[in-house]
Amino acid sequence: MEDHPHNHPSEFQYVKVAGFLGIVTALEVAVVYIDSLENLIVPILSAMMLVKFFAVAAYFMHLKFDSKIFRRFFLLGILLAMAIYGVVLWTFTFADRLAGAAS
Amino acid sequence: MHDATVTKETSAEPDPHATYTGLDNVKLAMWAFLGSECLFFGALISAHLLYRNRTNDGPTRQDVYDIPFTSVSSFVLLISSLTMVLALAAIQRGDHRKLRIWLMATSLLGASFIAGQFFEFTEFINKGLTIQTSPFGSSFFVLTGFHGTHVAIGILLLLTMYTLSKLGKLDPHSEGAKKVEMVGLYWHFVDIVWIVIFTVVYLFP
Repeated sequence: MEDHPHNHPSEFQYVKVAGFLGIVTALEVAVVYIDSLENLIVPILSAMMLVKFFAVAAYFMHLKFDSKIFRRFFLLGILLAMAIYGVVLWTFTFADRLAGAAS
Repeated sequence: MHDATVTKETSAEPDPHATYTGLDNVKLAMWAFLGSECLFFGALISAHLLYRNRTNDGPTRQDVYDIPFTSVSSFVLLISSLTMVLALAAIQRGDHRKLRIWLMATSLLGASFIAGQFFEFTEFINKGLTIQTSPFGSSFFVLTGFHGTHVAIGILLLLTMYTLSKLGKLDPHSEGAKKVEMVGLYWHFVDIVWIVIFTVVYLFP
């Protein structure tokens, strides 16, 4: 078997990752209340969300240390979801704009 | 000589864990399941993004959301991921006492999150937002309700692992650690889904 528990991080490293996640969450909330960042808020929050998402997947779910096949299975699901629902959202938004233009 | 070779080959014990990929099939199936769950939650999040501004003269997001309260709930769920991974580390060391402590801590943190969600739903209903009020209300309650259901299922799985450990039916050197690892993967997935929901549903303007 390729997935070896002895490759996993130590307990102290898990605590450090959790601390990092807590700090990023606090920053996310803080950013929402800073008026001068109003125009940049979506990209900033998206970046922070992705950092947290992949930190949990990489360290707590051990994707960084386990077989690449597990990573591919999970990424396939994420990419499929992003592609399908990206098209759905674009189509609905586009349809709404067309309807608005027609009326 | 030939007969002796045949006898040796047929008497060899097959490895019960051997697979074509060299990977554990249960773990592979779990990752495939989690990949499919991305599509499930993707549908609910997309629906919410489409309908979040359709309030039908009912309460808007700004009227009902309590960001500081939801931030604390998010923090609680993040910490539960830490306690879950510490539970896995404990059983991999064969430490059942620590395993049960961390499993119970994870369950309690999950239960706190559910209690927070219940309180939040009650507050929203008191402010006039129900599942029938508007497309915003429908999409919000369906998305967060399904997530809460996943957390509740996770708590049941954690308590099952706790009971199995108490009964001495979780062998750290065979399938026991694997079972805890699978429950852990599910729990962390529930956490990362909340990371997305918290940002996209609550924090995005």
